[in-house]
Parts: sequence; structure tokens; C-alpha cells
Amino acid sequence: MGSSILELVHINNYVMLAAILFAIGVMGVMFRRNTIIIFMCIELMLNAVNLLLVAFSTMHSDPGGQVMVFFIMAVAAAEVAVGLAILVMIYRNVKSVDIDILNKLKW
Amino acid sequence: MSKIAFFVLAFLSIFSAMMVVFSRKPVHSVLSLIFCFFTIAGHYILLNAQFLAAVHVIVYAGAIMVLFLFVIMLLNLNAESEPHKTSAGKIAAVVSGGLLLLVLVSVLKSTDGLHLSSAPDSQVGMVKNLGMVLYDKYMLPFEVSALLFLTAMIGATMIGKKELD
Repeated sequence: MGSSILELVHINNYVMLAAILFAIGVMGVMFRRNTIIIFMCIELMLNAVNLLLVAFSTMHSDPGGQVMVFFIMAVAAAEVAVGLAILVMIYRNVKSVDIDILNKLKW
Repeated sequence: MSKIAFFVLAFLSIFSAMMVVFSRKPVHSVLSLIFCFFTIAGHYILLNAQFLAAVHVIVYAGAIMVLFLFVIMLLNLNAESEPHKTSAGKIAAVVSGGLLLLVLVSVLKSTDGLHLSSAPDSQVGMVKNLGMVLYDKYMLPFEVSALLFLTAMIGATMIGKKELD
């Protein structure tokens, strides 16, 4: 019984898991038209990166990576608060969460 | 044992992440995302990052997802009001997402040097250890993130309030 998971599971597995989660997030952003779900897919991508940072931080026994994840979580929380406020405001104005309506700034 | 736990958790996180994208009702998407975040917290515990696992559950599953759920219920979104892309757009999204995954995997497969040089220190992710680093080396970023929260709070209330006209 190893003391660390990384002695049992190779770090490549974590890299692949993070890549898959990130790709699912990117796919979700392109797949859906509901702005809130697109926002949730962005959170998913952030979490894929966080997971990889923690895995590498454990691998190198370096707490810096975990502190970085802590700050990413702080920024994500702030981002969600402002983003959802903007979404509610958009809904109040156009009565929809469809992202294809919001194309005024698109070339 | 831990190995099995890793693969079960990995399968559950990928499955629930797919559910976020493919479920028809927005509330189901949110609930799948909450489940996905719990499995990621499980990964953190497996990686001996107990502090981050606790913070992750509190911040993501506790705060952020409640905000999402609250907004979805506030806007009364359901499967009927859900806008859908055309089939061609959906296929294009899946294909391009798959291609991105292919590129990522093929690039990451060819990397060398991802080997454990020494046994990882199991105490790195503990509260004591992280606190020492956070309040010493990363003191300034910590204070700046407090400012960021203040700005976000003011911004959210400014944007969210009804216009005075």
C-alpha cells in the first residue's frame, strides 16, 4: 500500500482525465444555447485545470500549486457573482437566456 | 483500493460532466454539475489535498451552485423554454470538441518526464502547511483577492439593481 495515490495511479491518468473534462466543457460551450449552461461549462473547464494543478502539486510536493487553486476558486466565485448578475439583467431586458439573441457585437 | 476509487471517481466525473451538457432540463444540468464537483472533491481527497477538498465543497457545491440553482429557478427555466441549436450545429460542436480532445490527448501522450522522482510528501495539502505558505509567501495576492471580492460584490449589486428612471 503506497502512501500516495500517485504511486498507484500514474500521473498520465490525471492528465487525461483533466483533458477529457476540459474538452467536455469546450464542447458544452459550443453545444448549448442557454447562457447559464454555457457559464456552467466554463466552470467545468476551470475545474479541470484545478484538478490538474492539484495533481502536479502533489506530485512535486509543492504547496504553491494548491495555493494557486485556492486563488482560482476565489476568482471563480467573484466571476460567478458578477456573471449571474449580468445574466439576470439581460433576462430582464430581452426576456430570454438564448445566447443567439445577443449578437449585436458580433461583426 | 485507491486505484479502484480513482477510476470509479474518474468515470463518475466524466459521466456527470456529459450529463451537464446533454440533459434537457437546466435544473438537471445544475444537479449533475454539483455531483461532478463532489467527485472532483473526492479526487482532491485521494490526492491528499484535504484543505482544498473542503474549500471546494464549500465554495463550489455550497455557494456557486446554489447561485446557479437560484438564478435558474428565479428565471423559471424549463425544458420547454430551452433554446436548442440546429442538428448541424450540435454535430459540429461534438465533432470539434472531439477533435480538441484528440489534439490534447495526442500532444499529452508524447510528453516525457512525467515520472515520480521521489515519494510525494503527504503533508503538503494539510491546513497547517498551506496556511504557512498562504500567509507568508502569498500574502499580497491573498489581500488583493479580498479587494477582488469587494469589487465583485459592489459590481453585482450595481448591475443587479433596478434602473432608476
